[in-house]
Amino acid sequence: MTTADQLLNAAGLRKSYGPTPALDGADFTVGPGEVVAVMGPSGSGKSTLLHCLAGIIRPDSGAVHYRGRELSAMSDAERSALRRSEFGFIFQFGQLVPELTCTENVALPLRLTGMGRREAEKRAAGWLERLEVDDVRHHRPGQVSGGQGQRVAVARALVTGPRVIFADEPTGALDSLNGERVMQLLTDAARDTGAAVVLVTHEARVAAYSDREIVVRDGRVRDMAGAL
Amino acid sequence: MSIGHTLLGILETGPRHGYDLKRAFDERFGHDRPLHYGQVYSTMSRLLKNGLVEVEGVEPGEGPERKRYAITDAGVTDVAGWLGRPEKPEPYLQSTLYTKVVLALLTGRDAGELLDVQRSEHLRLMRELTQRKRSGDLADQLICDHALFHLEADLRWLELTAARLDQLAREVRG
Repeated sequence: MTTADQLLNAAGLRKSYGPTPALDGADFTVGPGEVVAVMGPSGSGKSTLLHCLAGIIRPDSGAVHYRGRELSAMSDAERSALRRSEFGFIFQFGQLVPELTCTENVALPLRLTGMGRREAEKRAAGWLERLEVDDVRHHRPGQVSGGQGQRVAVARALVTGPRVIFADEPTGALDSLNGERVMQLLTDAARDTGAAVVLVTHEARVAAYSDREIVVRDGRVRDMAGAL
Repeated sequence: MSIGHTLLGILETGPRHGYDLKRAFDERFGHDRPLHYGQVYSTMSRLLKNGLVEVEGVEPGEGPERKRYAITDAGVTDVAGWLGRPEKPEPYLQSTLYTKVVLALLTGRDAGELLDVQRSEHLRLMRELTQRKRSGDLADQLICDHALFHLEADLRWLELTAARLDQLAREVRG
């Protein structure tokens, strides 16, 4: 992949928590529209890598470039704006705001960018329909099933039209059937909108929805594209 | 898969000619491996000999005569027995992969690399099956799921073995 093709590029990332290195010289590249699975055993550094790529944590050394701009060189406000408008996030347990309805949850990222309530909720409704959960749009997260909640979380990640979606074990709390449906909907929507997906998972059946996989082991990245 | 029992099971839904039997088999169970006509006719002649099917009628055609097969009572009992018997779980203790890992360690090669490459190959096939599942009907989905769960089980073994390579290397090298 040439530099021009790179959406997100990490080089030589190192990050330690106390004496324990979580990342030990990790390199990683994502192209536009790519779905990349990040695999590896527990504690190998997968989530730390994802958090560094998304600018949530700062590596001790090494650099992450997003569309040619180094994340560490941005101010906190710039990084926050980037995360709101260019990145989408999906976590294992949805992490929806319990006091808001599903529509309000999905509309929230748009409201944070300054969009009016009516327009934001109209767009949110469209995504809820696309994710096949428009029947729970007036429900609060506590009133929906795990599978429905996770689809709402996917809608929330997609509503701003992000270029990159970071998904950390997005099906980890779901049964096989619900997990599969979430992955189908997520990858279909990402391909339609041209968003790249960085998908942390320890489940091979989930990784099978990706275009390629990398393996993180002992804080280093093995890109399997050239392994065969 | 027992082709004989499968053909018998199809016949239990109604009498058919050999060609119809092949078509019904291929549609539901053949997928990557459709039956050869020879397989169908050799299986039917065995079932006929064992009294599990009978020839219900013979119709002349442009080519050879077309026999119409029907399942017998003994055939129905045979299908019921086969469906009621659990399949023998295969532990695969002496799998090729295990052998390769041990040999890699014994000969000082990189067993971790071997496991990584194998994982990638497993995932490549899993991607194909996932893609096929997405564009297929429910029968396709169920067949692909079966293969996917088996591949996933292999992958879990690969991960666990990768995590225990140092320990295994010590034991193998004595």
